[in-house]
Amino acid sequence: MSSVTLNNIVKRFGNFTAVHQSSLEIPEGAFITLLGPSGCGKTTNLRMIAGLLDPSEGEILIGGKRVNDVPIHKRNLGLVFQNYALFPHKTVAENVAFGLKYRDVPTEEIPKRVQDALDLVQLPNVGDRYPKELSGGQQQRIALARAIVIEPDVLLLDEPLSALDANLREDMRVELKRIQERIGVTTVFVTHDQSEALAMSDQIVVMSEGRVEQVGAPEEVYNTPASEFVANFLGASNILESRCTGTGDGVAIDAPIFGQMTIPAEKAPRITGEGPAKLVVRAEKLQLSDQPAPDGSVSVPATVETVDYQGQAVRYFVRAGDTQLQAINMIDGHPFAEGAEVHLHLRPQDCAALPG
Amino acid sequence: MSVEAREARQPWILLSPALTAVALLLFVPLLFIVVYSFWLRTATGADEVGFFLDNWQEALTDAFYRDILLNTLKIAAITTLACAVMGYPAAYFIARSKGNKAILLLLLMLPFWISYIIRTMSWINILGVSGAFNTAMMALGIIDEPIQMLYNEVTVILGLVHFLLPFMVLNVFVSLDGIDTNLEDAANSLGATRWQAFTNVTLPLSLPGLAAGGLLCFVLGAGTYITPLVLGGPTDAMFANLVFEAIITQLNWPLGSALSLMLLVVLGALVLIYNRYLGMAQLMKGLG
Ligand SMILES: Nc1ncnc2c1ncn2[C@@H]1O[C@H](COP(=O)(O)OP(=O)(O)OP(=O)(O)O)[C@@H](O)[C@H]1O
Ligand SMILES: [Mg+2]
Repeated sequence: MSSVTLNNIVKRFGNFTAVHQSSLEIPEGAFITLLGPSGCGKTTNLRMIAGLLDPSEGEILIGGKRVNDVPIHKRNLGLVFQNYALFPHKTVAENVAFGLKYRDVPTEEIPKRVQDALDLVQLPNVGDRYPKELSGGQQQRIALARAIVIEPDVLLLDEPLSALDANLREDMRVELKRIQERIGVTTVFVTHDQSEALAMSDQIVVMSEGRVEQVGAPEEVYNTPASEFVANFLGASNILESRCTGTGDGVAIDAPIFGQMTIPAEKAPRITGEGPAKLVVRAEKLQLSDQPAPDGSVSVPATVETVDYQGQAVRYFVRAGDTQLQAINMIDGHPFAEGAEVHLHLRPQDCAALPG
Repeated sequence: MSVEAREARQPWILLSPALTAVALLLFVPLLFIVVYSFWLRTATGADEVGFFLDNWQEALTDAFYRDILLNTLKIAAITTLACAVMGYPAAYFIARSKGNKAILLLLLMLPFWISYIIRTMSWINILGVSGAFNTAMMALGIIDEPIQMLYNEVTVILGLVHFLLPFMVLNVFVSLDGIDTNLEDAANSLGATRWQAFTNVTLPLSLPGLAAGGLLCFVLGAGTYITPLVLGGPTDAMFANLVFEAIITQLNWPLGSALSLMLLVVLGALVLIYNRYLGMAQLMKGLG
């Protein structure tokens, strides 16, 4: 188990820069997630930590030691791939034992270590089978067992769940987290699925186009996005061009549609003074109602334009004035119909603000 | 007619032109050869129709034929080994090269556009007494007299390797290209050096391609008669040359038939053993 540090890492492929000046501090035992859309450089970062790619600039430290020049087979890392990458010509037990052969593990101890790893991933009885005789979820567990049996300093997972179907993915997510907590290994997890990132991570690193946009705990990146990109990538948000009119007790914002409101200072940490600002209103926080709001909430009339029914929730597109807004509401009865006249309720403390 | 019955018949309808061609052009002539091999050539030069075992007895017991058969298999084996040793790294290089894979494969196929006979004869221009090599060496003053390098077993093997190498490379390439590159990365991350990852993961997974390439090289090599004819000396005849000799030169169709069937059986047995352990599907992949 070790900490991982990236210092001003740059990775260029020819004249294309895949990772710009990234720095990252991953404490020992932490579960951190690299989150971002396809092509933003998540895999490239992970492969540099693994030693499969050399950074063009900057340095990588594992456990405080610079590893730029340490080849991958000496880094003692556990690597799990999206497509499992199990050795098809070896049995499950041979797959799991593979890494132990290259370590000073006494031969007679190997079967026990393999069995312990298989027990940990809850597949104790498949050692004699070949990978193709297992389901996708089972193969992914074996890939995990193979990576952790060597007691790696760092566990690197590149979209390990994305090849699984939705239900299995949620089960595996819980399972993976359980195993990680049990062995306490420093883990870097790559995904483009925001709910995976929110559910599993101690820290989320949101990336966009090769740059780190924000690093923070799940609630922090969710509730206080550092940029418009983060606000939109983690769930749906409405971004309104507004003005900050004062920063005394809370941050006073003058927004279109919603008018004047004061939001708590911790929801607008990047606003330093009066001037243009962006109001971030999460779609889940915008409530539709047929009544005006009680005191303390902002309430504005609007018209429902589109209704996207999703079972326990509905996504509405509503028009207030000449602005279209998005709202996601839980429902227990019937959703509002298209064309319905409604009131939009919004609590100022649920909003965030960014410098404009 | 039920849907099932129609679906069951469809493959046969689609296959029938090909099957007819194979039957007429392969099995019928083969049958003739089987029949011929039991006839007997008389001193007058006419063939006596009947059921004689004389040709078979001669083919199977004469040490001359046995020695040449063994020598043929030896040459084919050396050729196959040389193709494997030279072809595998080339195939690996092509499979792992990123952008220009298509160009490299095209270059690999290029020799097939030139007749095999011409490619074989080209060695005369290179290694012959007045060939490129001797001319250059004499011009440089390294030798005074041209050296005769042609017409021995080594040049026969050289010609065969030249002819068969692309088949090997292609087969191994197909196998290697189908191996997920993440497997080597995974092996490295688990502590294997690049060489260990290769020998423990990539090599075993590419063995089917190597075996298919080996089989092709061996069978094509053992059946050749042009290469020893063009590049071999008087004592370098291979088995197919004996068949050629018997049928074309001596007009002894019955003996030639028996000899060619003998080679067919030996090589056929090899194919069957291969098929038993590795299956034909791999061979088809490598050919396509
Ligand atoms: N070997 C390479 N040569 C050239 N460009 C590359 C190479 N590897 C990655 N890239 C480019 O670098 C960028 C980042 O790629 P990367 O694989 O890290 O993305 P990612 O965030 O993992 O995306 P995804 O979610 O689709 O896996 C992409 O634009 C990609 O095209
Ligand atoms: Mg990726």
